Amino acid sequence: MNSLKRLAGLVWMALAAYGVYLMVHQAGSEFSKSPALDTRIFWYTIIPVFTPIMMGLGLFGYYCLKGEYDQLAA
Amino acid sequence: MSNHEQKSGWELMKVIFASSLGTLIEWYDFYIYGALAPIIAVKFFPSENPTAAFLAALATFAAGFVVRPFGALFFGRLGDLVGRKYTFLVTLVLMGLSTFAIGFVPTYKEIGALAPFIILALRLIQGLALGGEYGGAATYVAEHSPVGKRGYYTSFIQTTATLGLFLALGVILSAKSSLGDTVFNEWGWRVPFWVSIIMVLISVYIRLKMAESPLFSKIKSEGKISANPLKESFTKKPNLKLVLLALFGAVMGQGVVWYTGQFYAQTFIERTCSVEFVQTRYIILAAIAIGTGFFILWGWLSDKIGRKWIMLAGMLLAVLTYRPIYKTIFSISGTKDKIEIVDKGSVGEAIAVDAASGDSVVTKTIVKAFTDGNTYKEVTKVTFAKDRTAKPKEVKVKTTWLSSANFWWLVLLVLIQIIYVTMVYGPIAAFLVELFPTRIRYTSMSLPYHIGNGIFGGLTPLIATRLFDVSKTTESPAGDPFIGLWYPIVIAAVCFVIGFFYLPNKTNEDVA
Repeated sequence: MNSLKRLAGLVWMALAAYGVYLMVHQAGSEFSKSPALDTRIFWYTIIPVFTPIMMGLGLFGYYCLKGEYDQLAA
Repeated sequence: MSNHEQKSGWELMKVIFASSLGTLIEWYDFYIYGALAPIIAVKFFPSENPTAAFLAALATFAAGFVVRPFGALFFGRLGDLVGRKYTFLVTLVLMGLSTFAIGFVPTYKEIGALAPFIILALRLIQGLALGGEYGGAATYVAEHSPVGKRGYYTSFIQTTATLGLFLALGVILSAKSSLGDTVFNEWGWRVPFWVSIIMVLISVYIRLKMAESPLFSKIKSEGKISANPLKESFTKKPNLKLVLLALFGAVMGQGVVWYTGQFYAQTFIERTCSVEFVQTRYIILAAIAIGTGFFILWGWLSDKIGRKWIMLAGMLLAVLTYRPIYKTIFSISGTKDKIEIVDKGSVGEAIAVDAASGDSVVTKTIVKAFTDGNTYKEVTKVTFAKDRTAKPKEVKVKTTWLSSANFWWLVLLVLIQIIYVTMVYGPIAAFLVELFPTRIRYTSMSLPYHIGNGIFGGLTPLIATRLFDVSKTTESPAGDPFIGLWYPIVIAAVCFVIGFFYLPNKTNEDVA
């Protein structure tokens, strides 16, 4: 079980990186089409808020990989 | 045993009542804005595009959520340094005053662009106050509760978020029905904001009489208070890893399930299904009234079998059933595949000239009745400019009135979602309290709670509505009404997997 928990850490790190890529890519694509006010409001809210959270998910994945959660009995 | 275990049942109930009342009022204050978002959009965020106005209002609504983690940090630190009682007294006063003030802000028409900025500022204060409130109340009750009953006692605090929404909707509907639609839309929407101050004053009076948490008093008398709760909570790995686990393995999924069941459901029924304003709110009210008792049930059960599996079961059920539930809601309230009673329908057209502008307004009204008892009305207003140079402006408003049977079907479908809410939310206060030590508990549990609820959860209506609007293309102008559900489904699914593998199944941890 602990090996699985550690390996899954890679998944969480990849998910965090993909989350940031997805946001930036989507926002870039919408901004390139002269966005309306609601588009700007949306992305100006989402990107600054979710980027640090995705970094937190990456850190969580790193801790998983290092076995920091091994001792917690699921 | 410790002194908190020696409290009588009556004393404990007083603690729970005093804590819950204040928290309930804070949720009420916070949610009247959300429940009145469509009216606030018109009053403070005027726009030619109703979607833009609605999103702008939702963004302000979201701003209240986004600052909640900052309130959690600020007041959490204060609560771990000064004490629980005084900190959540301050948050209550802040919340009460900012809500009361929203009721007095002049509209955009009266003072121009300053109006939305004032609303935004007050909304931010509301968010900060709420960020400090919940962690304090949950910690305070948990630190008074005996081992083995913590899930049960803290579940009363958990009911307040739902009851706050219930109260908000109840006050709004009462004001609307007693003042009438015209007056309510003109200024009556301010009444729910004014009502708040009476409840806040009562709650402040009750809270002033409360004593400090026994566990906090104990560590204070022993000189064991943390000198820097923020540093200890978020820079030391042993605690930081628990903060991250609480967020990604429990609260993130809980947040989206909570806001989908109680807020996105309302947005979807009203905006996507075009069900009438009052009827939509009665559906939510009825489902909440029936479902609230389940918070206590799951809280009590979590003392017996642990918090983890109840919360994860709620998330899994939500992931598996959201799409069928929303497809059924859409089908019941829609017109597709329904048999129309032609004799009961009508089509009317009227032409009027606006005296001030000279513009001509053509209003076409279509009414359709169906064999299932639903009635559908579509009003299309086309405005032609006096000089005929500008393109005609068309505004279409669709409204559906549900039959009694269909109304109760929708109540049932929302109730199922509310039960998921009670499963994920009922045991979570006890779970979070048990995860962190007393000296940094307020700070440590408040931040993941408000990121999970305020950001992942609170942004659910904004993100889901956005996904729906983006799905509207020239090939498919109606868009995909269910696409917004992917956001809560994906978040809850990831949280379920993380929770499944990493969360400990706590039941009767010593929280001293």
